[in-house]
Amino acid sequence: MTVSPELDRRFRDSAAATGLLDVAYDVWDSPIGSLLLASTERGLCRIGFDPEPEAEVERLARIHGLRVLRVPKRLDTTRRHLEEYFEGKREDFELPTDLVGVPSFQAHVLRELERVPYGSVETYGELARRIGKPRAARAVGGALNRNPVPIVIPCHRIVGSTGSLTGYGGGLDRKRALLQLEGLTLA
Amino acid sequence: MMEQVAIPPFEHFYLEHREAVLAFLRRRLPRDSAEDAFQETFLRALRAYDRLAHSENLRGWAITIASRVAIDAYPKLPSGVEVPDLESVDTPPAYEELQALTADLPAKERAAVVLRYGYDLDYSTIGDALGSSSEAARQAASSGVRRIRKKGNKP
Repeated sequence: MTVSPELDRRFRDSAAATGLLDVAYDVWDSPIGSLLLASTERGLCRIGFDPEPEAEVERLARIHGLRVLRVPKRLDTTRRHLEEYFEGKREDFELPTDLVGVPSFQAHVLRELERVPYGSVETYGELARRIGKPRAARAVGGALNRNPVPIVIPCHRIVGSTGSLTGYGGGLDRKRALLQLEGLTLA
Repeated sequence: MMEQVAIPPFEHFYLEHREAVLAFLRRRLPRDSAEDAFQETFLRALRAYDRLAHSENLRGWAITIASRVAIDAYPKLPSGVEVPDLESVDTPPAYEELQALTADLPAKERAAVVLRYGYDLDYSTIGDALGSSSEAARQAASSGVRRIRKKGNKP
């Protein structure tokens, strides 16, 4: 006497259709490992590497509201865009992002970062200059480190002043893999 | 004083209580209707979720909603309950009245009283809802009623 996958799916889809959910999420086994994808009505709010779903769900609830539910269907478009990206068939994501809860300086950095095109890199200093704070390279690094929506907001395209990879929330191997996918090879 | 436990994200609430809700509904309704009622129960819970004041006895809350849904779906199903062991229940108080009367009771007693006298559920069902035996459910309801009487309100 257990809830069948079909009944479970029906409920989750119906719940999403009410428009009442604060966040819909799913966990996807991507070519670069497990990713948690989460979206509000406003847009994609989270891509988490190697997620611990329970902790991620708690975090999403704290930021966006308690009505967080796993609804794979609601992430179909996001998953499709990412699949196309990983297959080298997509350079731009037409996915709105929701940066609610992100401090204003960090949000400013991330919005500017969205303009760094596919297949290119910039340094932390260049990004700091873009936002009109040329001396804030270190703060920019901190802002990127807490990017809630990596890959789609491409913090992997920001490198050290010597061209070194420096750091990445998902680990340097993933940063290297993403840049290689975009046709770049860095140390 | 007990520490207030935070209300869990809806996903966790749903995973924690969905089996109990489905089991409860399957005992009361035909299979297809039970599945429809299951969906309706959690949709109602989702609608009300942002109005939850605390996380005490969420299973009782979910079962209360499920029983309401079951009654709405099959209002004329025989309840199959024995005569309630209250003195003054010729006209059982409406669910809404009970909510007010029981507002100050400990969560378990409150759930037991509301499920017993608001929804006419038997103690075995209430025990399932509260995660306890039917005897414990009976005791919780009796204790709740005594407490209400002590305050001068007769249910």
